[in-house]
Amino acid sequence: MNTRSIDVPLTPSTRDADAASDPEYLAWSAARKRRAMRRRVLPVLGIVGLMVLWWAAIEVLHVKPFIAPSPGAVLQTLIDKRAVLFDNLWPTALEAAGGFLLGNLAAIVVATVFIHNKTIEDIFFPVVLAFNAVPLVAKAPVLVLIMGNGMEPKITIAALVCFFPTLVNMVRGLESVNPQAMELMRVLSASKTEIFFRLRLFNALPYLFSALRISASMCVIGAVVGEWVGSTVGIGALILQATFNFDSPLLYAAIVMSATLSGAFFLIVTLAERWVIRWQPESVH
Amino acid sequence: MAAVLSTAAPAIACRDIGVRFFTERRDVTAIKALDLDVAQGEFLTLLGPSGCGKSTLLRVVADLQPPSKGSIRVLSVAPDAARANRDIGFVFQDAALLPWRTALQNVELPLQVGGGAGRKGRRSPMELLELVGLKDRANAYPHELSGGQRQRVSIARALVCDPKILLMDEPFGALDEITRDRLNVEIRQVWKETGVTILFVTHSIHEAAFLGQRVLMLAANPGRVREIVPVDLPDDRTLDLRETPAFVQLTAHLRRVLESC
Repeated sequence: MNTRSIDVPLTPSTRDADAASDPEYLAWSAARKRRAMRRRVLPVLGIVGLMVLWWAAIEVLHVKPFIAPSPGAVLQTLIDKRAVLFDNLWPTALEAAGGFLLGNLAAIVVATVFIHNKTIEDIFFPVVLAFNAVPLVAKAPVLVLIMGNGMEPKITIAALVCFFPTLVNMVRGLESVNPQAMELMRVLSASKTEIFFRLRLFNALPYLFSALRISASMCVIGAVVGEWVGSTVGIGALILQATFNFDSPLLYAAIVMSATLSGAFFLIVTLAERWVIRWQPESVH
Repeated sequence: MAAVLSTAAPAIACRDIGVRFFTERRDVTAIKALDLDVAQGEFLTLLGPSGCGKSTLLRVVADLQPPSKGSIRVLSVAPDAARANRDIGFVFQDAALLPWRTALQNVELPLQVGGGAGRKGRRSPMELLELVGLKDRANAYPHELSGGQRQRVSIARALVCDPKILLMDEPFGALDEITRDRLNVEIRQVWKETGVTILFVTHSIHEAAFLGQRVLMLAANPGRVREIVPVDLPDDRTLDLRETPAFVQLTAHLRRVLESC
């Protein structure tokens, strides 16, 4: 009984034989390449356009250099003062990365405790909410007073800003398991540990990665804000110094550095997500 | 009401089973005073309108839902013992495959949790995939499979520990008719090859008549046994059977009973 041939999806191997001469396939393939090109070219166009606009605005309106520099002046500063910029980037990067790891790890652990113990969740979730309601710039001085002027308060601030989004997403991911899959686990007499590691954790991974993307830029913000409260090194300190000195090219160069740092963290998270989550249809990415 | 087909101890014995649910606004009697014996190796289909407790009955047998009164024995023991013993396989309506596992890894799941490693059946997961016709799709993820293929994988998964009882809760309800017909023929073959006892919940009169040796008809509000209809059809069933007078007569009878439920 040959009943299986109907619903076998088309695999590349069934197509390869006459792909080169099939006009419909060639048209589809060309259209696909055009779409891929567009995806790459258009964002570059947007950024280049913004640069040109910025440069034109400075030139046409005769903006004073200490108010806003031209793109060329910022580029020149990035090259000339790269030693100073990188010396200040490393502490910030370390603080942000440390906060990212610490905050997210803590959020994952707390989420795991919350979904297994409703009582603890009911008691402590309002506390977490209250902490989160305090503005970041208000938390920073408090932590500096308690922890001193080293890296620790900055790492803690970065961790705190990462903690909340990840906690909320992780709890949702661990809880929103397909109810039938849950019943399947019960029919199989699976233990709570087995349900956690074989079902809940995998179910939570897509939620976790959406939170990590948010954390990737938030942790840099946290570190920079931490450095604003009495610090002599770091991108945050550099931004303050440059502002007080009316050194606008250095200020903008520092901004570019911190944005690049956020972008790099974001890129790492996105690559990690692609590497970890391989079971979803391509359209989801 | 309870008819016993063989002299051996029944696979499932329900005595005066009742199930009540309470919600804030309602008090639902899903099943009221149900008596039922299912013989070992029997293929019983459960047919009835929505809310007649067909699915609830399966869930009671699988120990997913405790009855609020009455007693139930599954293979002469309590349902939780039968479950712990891996004597029960369950096929859900939406296949319930884990999306991060390939077809083969999904079939292997019952061997990896709940002390399942020691309960390997006669057939390996790969042989079961072959039995349901998916040997060449073993490494495909669920999103790469069609609805029918996913349901076949879940049937293979339910069989991997050689259960004595297979509970199927509207497994083909979401499939198109052609796929459904094909799977109906296949599940009859699986039943014959494995000798497993099957309880099969369906909304379809044709499916109930084509698959079962008996059709348990339930009435709704409260859920109770309306009639148990013996299916007097040859054991070797092909889809052509559905055009024979005997089959048409049977489905006509089922329809009349269903309308009076």
